[in-house]
Amino acid sequence: MQSRDYPNIGEKLYSTVLENGLRLNVVPKAGFSTRYAVFAANYGGAHRRFRLEGETVDTPAGVAHFLEHKMFDLPNGDNALNILSANGADPNAFTSSGVTCYYFQCTEGFEENLRMLLHFVSTPYFTAETVEKEQGIIAQEIMMGEDSPDSAVYYNLMAMLYAHHPVRDKVAGTVESISHITHETLYACHKAFYAPSNMALCVEGDVDPAEIERIAREVLGTSCAPVPEADFGPEESLLPVEPLRRESMEVAAPLFLIGAKLKAEKGGQAAMRQRLLARLALRILCGASSDFYSRLYAQGVLNRNFDYDIDFSAGTGTIIIGGESRLPEQVMQEFSREVEKVRAQGLSEAAFQQAKRATLGSTLRALEDFENVCVSLAIGLFDGYCAFDSMPVLQNISRRECEDFITENLAAERLALSIIQAKAV
Amino acid sequence: MEYSRTELLPGVFLSHLRSDKFKTACMSLTLLTQLRRESASMNALIPYVLRRGTTGYGDMEALSRRMDELYGTAIEPVVRRVGEIQCIGFYGSFPEEDYLPAGERLLPSAVGLMVDMLLSPNTRGGLLLPQYVDSEKEKLLERLRSRINDKRGYSLSRCIEEMCCYEDFAVSRLGSEEEAENINYKKLTRHYRELLQKCPVELFYCGKAEMKQVSAAFREALASLPRGEIDYDLGTDIRMNAVEEQPRYVEERLDVSQGKLVMGFRLGECMEEPDVAAIHVFNNVYGSGSTSKLFMNVREKLSLCYYASSIAYIHKGLLLVASGIEFDKFEAARDEIFTQLEAMRQGEISDEEFIAAKRCVASDLRSLTDSQGELEGFYLAQVLDGLDYGPMELAELVEDVTKEDIVQIARSVECDMIYFLRGLDEEETDDAEP
Repeated sequence: MQSRDYPNIGEKLYSTVLENGLRLNVVPKAGFSTRYAVFAANYGGAHRRFRLEGETVDTPAGVAHFLEHKMFDLPNGDNALNILSANGADPNAFTSSGVTCYYFQCTEGFEENLRMLLHFVSTPYFTAETVEKEQGIIAQEIMMGEDSPDSAVYYNLMAMLYAHHPVRDKVAGTVESISHITHETLYACHKAFYAPSNMALCVEGDVDPAEIERIAREVLGTSCAPVPEADFGPEESLLPVEPLRRESMEVAAPLFLIGAKLKAEKGGQAAMRQRLLARLALRILCGASSDFYSRLYAQGVLNRNFDYDIDFSAGTGTIIIGGESRLPEQVMQEFSREVEKVRAQGLSEAAFQQAKRATLGSTLRALEDFENVCVSLAIGLFDGYCAFDSMPVLQNISRRECEDFITENLAAERLALSIIQAKAV
Repeated sequence: MEYSRTELLPGVFLSHLRSDKFKTACMSLTLLTQLRRESASMNALIPYVLRRGTTGYGDMEALSRRMDELYGTAIEPVVRRVGEIQCIGFYGSFPEEDYLPAGERLLPSAVGLMVDMLLSPNTRGGLLLPQYVDSEKEKLLERLRSRINDKRGYSLSRCIEEMCCYEDFAVSRLGSEEEAENINYKKLTRHYRELLQKCPVELFYCGKAEMKQVSAAFREALASLPRGEIDYDLGTDIRMNAVEEQPRYVEERLDVSQGKLVMGFRLGECMEEPDVAAIHVFNNVYGSGSTSKLFMNVREKLSLCYYASSIAYIHKGLLLVASGIEFDKFEAARDEIFTQLEAMRQGEISDEEFIAAKRCVASDLRSLTDSQGELEGFYLAQVLDGLDYGPMELAELVEDVTKEDIVQIARSVECDMIYFLRGLDEEETDDAEP
C-alpha cells in the first residue's frame, strides 16, 4: 500500500487498488476506540438504466434501495445485521441517488466484523418470498416519507429542476414501482454493480492497513469484472423545468428550497475544485456571516434552520438553499438581488479572505467524524480525487472564480423555488 | 484522557478533560436551573438573545465575522434538559494550535468571546434590546409550532406531556407557546440578571490545554460575573408508579398516512437506587438495540410496524416505546410490545441476546470517548448526578450486569400511558359522511 502524509490536517492515508479493481483507503488513528469501515458501491437510485457487455438494461425506480435492504439476508437464513450487532458492532446502510454504502463501527472484533461486512455485501441471496415480504416493509417506509414535509419540499424541487434525469425521482421509488421488483432484478443489479471493480472500501481507526488489504483480498477474490456504464439520459438544459411550485401539508411554518443546476465536472481534481469552489462561494453569499443571512435573520424572515448545500450525484450538480420562512418569495427576491449585487460590484476582498480562513475550523470539525471522513473518501475514489487534498486546493481558489460561479449559476432564470405551506384552516 | 474538576468561583465549576487526540478543542458554559412551566421559555430564550450581539460585536454579523477571524471558531446556544433540570448556555469549538499559523493561540479569545456572550450582551439602558428579544421570541414560537413537522418526535413529546401532566417533565426544554408569548424585553432582562446571580454554572473543556491555562482563561473572562445566593436546590422528581391502575389512553388525529404508537412506562422501583449500567442493558435487550426484542419481533417477525424502539430517560425514570404502524395494526402492535416485556419479566432472555446487548452498550460507551460533543453531554449528566466516573468505567460496569439484574428491571417497569396518533381519513363507519 502507498502511504501519504497530510501534515496540514494531521492525517496519514494508505491507499491501493487491488487486482479485482477494489479501491481501498485506510486512515490509521491511534488513541481512538472507534473503528469504522464503509464498503460502498458506485450505484444509487439514479442508476436505473445501464449498459453492460453491450446490453442495455432498464430497472424500476427503487431497486438500489431495495437491494440494500435485502443484502443483509444470508443464504443460511442468518441476517448480517444481527450477526454484526451480536458481535458488538453498530452496522447500517444507506442509499442515495449516487451511491450505496454499507458500514459499521465497533470498538472490538474489528477484523471479524470487516470480514462479515465484505462477505455479506458480496453474497447475494434473494427468494421470491423474502422479496415479497420486503415489498410490504419498504411500502411502509415510502408512506412514511409521504408524511414528511422535508422529503416533499426536496423532491418537488428536484422534479422542478430536472426534466428527466433520474435524480428527480425518490431513491426508494414508489409503492407501484417497487411492486415490479423481483428476485431476478436484484440478482442482475447485484452482479452488475457490486463487483469489487465498482466498489470502494474505506476504513478509519486504530487498525493495521496491511491486514485490511489482506482481508479484502481474501474475502473478495481476485477476479476483476467489467464496470457497467450508467445511462442517465440526454444532457439536461441548465434552466429549470418549472420555476415555482407550492404544496400544502400539515406543517407549522412553511418550508422552502431554492435550487439551481450546474454543469458538473466529470471527475478528478477539477470535480473536487468545483465542489470546494461552490461551497466557498455559497458561504460568502449566504453563510452565517453574510449580509444576506444576517439581514433576513434580523428581519425575522429566516431562522436558524436556514442552510445551503451542493449535491453532486450521478453526474449532476445541484445547489440547494433553504429552510423555514413565512415569506419564501421574499427570500428568493432578496437572494436574486444579492446575486445581482455580486454581478455589479463583485465580492469584498475582506469577506472572501475571512471565509477562506473560517473553513479551517469547519474542515477540522468534519475530520473528527469517522463516518464523514470515510464516506467522503469513498465518493472521492469514485469521482477520481482524494478528499484529503482539499485544503491546498481551496487556498488556490480566487475571488474572481467565486464571483463567476455565483453570477453564472445563480442568475434569476436559473433558480427554482419549492414551497411547502401550511394547509388553510 | 485525564478528567479533573475544580470550583473556579462561587458556584462556578470547571470540568477539564485533557486529550491530545482531537483537532479542535471544545468548551461549554451551562447555567443550571429547575425546569418549570412558568420559566422554561424565558430560560430557553436567553442564550439565543445573548447570541445576537455583545458590547464588542453588536450584531450577529459582527459576531459571525469575529468567529470567522478566529479560524472558524463556532459558538452556538444550547438548551437541553437532563431530568427536570434545564441547562442553558453555549457550546463552542475551535482549532487546536497545531493547525494554526505559528504563534496563534485561540483559547483566551474563544473563551473570552463565549463568556462575553453571557456577561456583556448588547443592551440599551441596561436592558436587552427589544428588537433582539422580539425577534428571538418569534423564532422560539416558530420552533415550538414546528414541532408538529416531525411526527415521530412530536408523538414522543405528546406522550410525555400526557403521561407527566402533573409533573414538570411535561414541560419541553423550550417551554410552551403560551408562556413564550408573554415574554417581553424588560421581564426577560430581569430574569436574565437573576439567573446570573443564582444559577450554578458548569464549564467544560476538552482539548490539549492544561487545566492551569484553561482555568486562567475562564477565571479572567468571568471576573465580572455577579454572584448572589446560589440555588443548589435542583433535582428531578422521580415517580415510581403509574398514575392509574390501567394505562391511560390518549389519541389524537392529524392528516398523516402512518400512525404513531407511543407507550410510556415508569421504570419503577429500580429507580430507588438506579443501576445505570443495568438499565442500559435492559433497554438494549428490550427495544433500543438492533437485535432487540421489539425490533426482532414487532418489526422483523410479525411485520407489524416500520420501526419499534425504546428510549430510556434514566434521569426521570421513564421508558418510551415508539412505533410507526398502519392504523389498523394498533391493537396487534400494542399487545406485542407488552408480550415482549412480559417475556423479559419471565426471564426469557437468550444468552445471545444478553451478550449482544452488553457488547453493544459497552461499545457505544467506549466510542463516546471519540466524540467531544458526546463527552461533554456525558460529563454534564454525571455532574448533575454527583458522579465522577467516565464512560470507560461505566463500560466496565456493564460487563458485570447479570441477567437477573435486567429481569428485575423488567419486573419493575410499569405502563402508564398509551398515545396513538392516527389519521383524519381513516374509514370509520360511525362518523362517515352520509
